[in-house]
Amino acid sequence: MTTATLPFPGADTLDARLELEGRRRPREPKTMTAEEAIAGFVRDGDVVAVGGTNHARTPMALLVEILRQRRTGLAMSRPLTCYEAELFIATGMADRVVTSWVGIGHGWGLAQVLREYVETGRIDYQEWSHLGLGLRYRAGAMGVPFLPTYSMLGSDLGRRLQLVEATCPYTGQELTAVPSLNPDVALIHVQRADVYGNAQIDGYELMDGDVARAARRLVISTEELVDTDILRRDPARTVIPGFLVDAVVVQPMGAYPHECYGHYLADEEAFTHYMERVRDHGSEGAREYAAELVAHADHDAFLASVAPERLAALRKDAEGMMPQ
Amino acid sequence: MTTVSTLAEVRPDEVMTIAASRLLEDGKVMFAGIGQPLVAAALARRRQAPNLTVVLEGGMVGIHLLPGELPASTNEMRAAVGAEMLTSATDIFLLAQRGCFDYGFLGVAQVDAYGNVNTSLIGDPDRPKVRLPGPGGANDIISMCNETVIVTNHEPRRFVERVDWITSPGHLTGGDSRQRSGLLHGGPSWVVTDLALLDFEEESRRMRLRALQPGVTVEQVRRATGFELLVADEVSTLDPVTDDEVRLLRRLNGESDD
Repeated sequence: MTTATLPFPGADTLDARLELEGRRRPREPKTMTAEEAIAGFVRDGDVVAVGGTNHARTPMALLVEILRQRRTGLAMSRPLTCYEAELFIATGMADRVVTSWVGIGHGWGLAQVLREYVETGRIDYQEWSHLGLGLRYRAGAMGVPFLPTYSMLGSDLGRRLQLVEATCPYTGQELTAVPSLNPDVALIHVQRADVYGNAQIDGYELMDGDVARAARRLVISTEELVDTDILRRDPARTVIPGFLVDAVVVQPMGAYPHECYGHYLADEEAFTHYMERVRDHGSEGAREYAAELVAHADHDAFLASVAPERLAALRKDAEGMMPQ
Repeated sequence: MTTVSTLAEVRPDEVMTIAASRLLEDGKVMFAGIGQPLVAAALARRRQAPNLTVVLEGGMVGIHLLPGELPASTNEMRAAVGAEMLTSATDIFLLAQRGCFDYGFLGVAQVDAYGNVNTSLIGDPDRPKVRLPGPGGANDIISMCNETVIVTNHEPRRFVERVDWITSPGHLTGGDSRQRSGLLHGGPSWVVTDLALLDFEEESRRMRLRALQPGVTVEQVRRATGFELLVADEVSTLDPVTDDEVRLLRRLNGESDD
């Protein structure tokens, strides 16, 4: 395999397949606590694919549980990264970021912790195009080592990533050969799932269908645990089959303070709180914020620390936006 | 017949967004980013292009934007509710690669004489002076949409001879270099700024001044451009923004209820 020389993890799809073939995958209930799921399936040095994008369906309860248990040497992979990655960088748990973009959103300014660590050369920052990372997951999901695309041709992204071009065997056309990525573990938050891990995503799937298929281990958190018969009523909405899933964590408001389509909007007050911390104290502010989060026993305790009317308003606004 | 807006204090960014929105033709499909591109799209849909289909990188097709509630991210409920279709983020870009999208609209941190765009970093790539957010979908948009319009404030620090880093490829080193790199489709067609409308000369593919915003001189544009700017044989003046356009823009931005 020539892929061993590539300067990034992944492109190990053959190995991921052999590992999967060798695994016992019984259809049995996989519900457990976030503490159990993270203890069981997230290891030091993992490439962690974070589901959702930016502040949409971020698996916050699962991520904060990793912070709580502590891991080292993680790579955080997400096409549009929000401040959750900064918590892992600032606490020293992640030393690699694989992404196409980092920020909160329009009007929120630059990601200052990421800036500090990249500008001082303290982390390995891998900048891909959005589709580039999407095709890495898709190749991993398809079980092939690469996919061809026009993305990143002619740019400095491909040059710095040392991507090579593939020649079409039929036309001779040169295209970027995007290497597959089979993350060691993926964390995905969904609207509903059954005990076996069959999971439905409402609204925008983003890259999560591919992420789930590509991942070697998969932990989902769900707003709602439902009977399988509920899923059978609208099976086209099931984007993750249970046989891919290792753990199901039932966690209402599991993406808070980020949003979950149809359930609650993002809590911009929480973003402001984080950004002010970082503005005033730099990466120390991010560590303080992370320390506040992990001081709660679990995500429910964190939610209980937020004014109930504030959470209710976020839910009401999201529900009110849904088409009738 | 257009008239100069009588509204007080029309801002340069408003003039720019309105000029960009006027480029959008009815019945086309546009891949929009957050910020000015999205506002330009919303404006065009309410004026000359009611059948413009607006697509966002979160996988939304045919989005429905409400005045005063423009999203802060392409991946959030405000961007998605009311859309005609939601597909995966990867599949939306593959539609661009298929050739479905007439326009991409991009903002920039830096743009150079050949329309190459930098939104990644300022300074040395190994140890950047400023780390910026990165491409997001911009590299894919300019590589795959049928044409791409760049919308940005016109300042010497943004308009540089060579960008520090090519996040999103324009006409690379000019001539046919874009094609030779394997990018067979699209590329930057127009640059819309608060001072002017510019395109890329057919042979050299260098940026060229085509039209001025009202009240702006060629010399002003030259001074705001950090490289030697080509100037078309005939430089026209863009129609002034109208009261209607400014009112609608402010309503979309949530700045007024008019």
